[in-house]
Amino acid sequence: MLEPKHVEGIHNEHKVFLYALSTCGWCRKTKALLQELGIAYDYIDVDEQQGPDRELAKQEVLKWNPSLSFPTMVLDDKESVIGFSEARIRRIVSE
Amino acid sequence: MNTVADERVTEVWERLVREAQQSGYIVNTDDAFAKDLVRGLLENEARYGYRACPCRLASGVASEDQDIVCPCDYRDADLDEYGTCYCGLYVSPEVSRGERTGGSIPDRRPVGGVSARGEEMEQVSMKGLAFPVWRCRVCGYLCARPQPPLVCPVCKAGKERFERFM
Ligand code: SF4
Repeated sequence: MLEPKHVEGIHNEHKVFLYALSTCGWCRKTKALLQELGIAYDYIDVDEQQGPDRELAKQEVLKWNPSLSFPTMVLDDKESVIGFSEARIRRIVSE
Repeated sequence: MNTVADERVTEVWERLVREAQQSGYIVNTDDAFAKDLVRGLLENEARYGYRACPCRLASGVASEDQDIVCPCDYRDADLDEYGTCYCGLYVSPEVSRGERTGGSIPDRRPVGGVSARGEEMEQVSMKGLAFPVWRCRVCGYLCARPQPPLVCPVCKAGKERFERFM
C-alpha cells in the first residue's frame, strides 16, 4: 500500500499529486514552489519505496507519464505535468 | 533523508568542480543546487553501491543502471542540445554565463534503461589493426590498446563504460 505524504496549504481548490525522487533537484524545486505558494499537495518519493510498493508506484507514474521521469505532477486526476514547470505551478493558484 | 555528512558533500562537490574544469566540463554555478545533487549522488552510492543519477529512478541492479552512473551516457548529448544535463549538475558555457537558460529538460534515457537501448553500436570492422579501438560511451574518447583504461582520462568514467569501436 502506498502511503503518500500530505503537505498542508491555504490553496486546496485543486487536487495536486506529485510523484518525486527524494534526491532530484527539479523535484525539490517543485516541492519548494508548491510550498511557497501555499498549495496543498500529496506526494510520494518513489525512490524511498521498497519492494512491491516501488513497483506499484512505478506503474502509477507510467499511467501519467510513459517516460517514467520525475517530477510527474498530476492535477485533479486529469492533467499530468512532467518536469519542473514553474509557469504551470503558478497557474494552479489563479485557476 | 539526510544520511550524508555536509563535509563529505562539500569535499566531493569540490572534487567534481575541479575535475570538470580539467576536462572541459562545467558544474552548475548555482552551488546550493549542485551540492544538493552531489548529496543525492552520495545517497544513491550508499543505498545502491554506485552513484546513480539523482534524478532518475535506479533499479538497484548495477548492470541495468550502468548508463545512469554519473556522468551518465546522456550528459554530452543533453549539453549539446539543451545546455544542461538532465539533472542540471553540468551545464554548457553559455548557460553558466547566463546567456542561455538551462532548466528542466525531457529525459532521453529509454524507459527500461540499458536493456531497452537495443543492440550495441555497430562495430567498424578493420582488418589488420594492431590493437582494438575502444570508445568511452560517456564522452566519446577513443583509444587503441588491448583493454580499455581503468578510468577514462577525459571524463573519469570507469572501464565498464567503454565499448569496442573498431
Ligand atoms: S550527468 Fe547525468 S547522471 Fe550526472 S547528474 Fe547529470 S543527468 Fe544525472
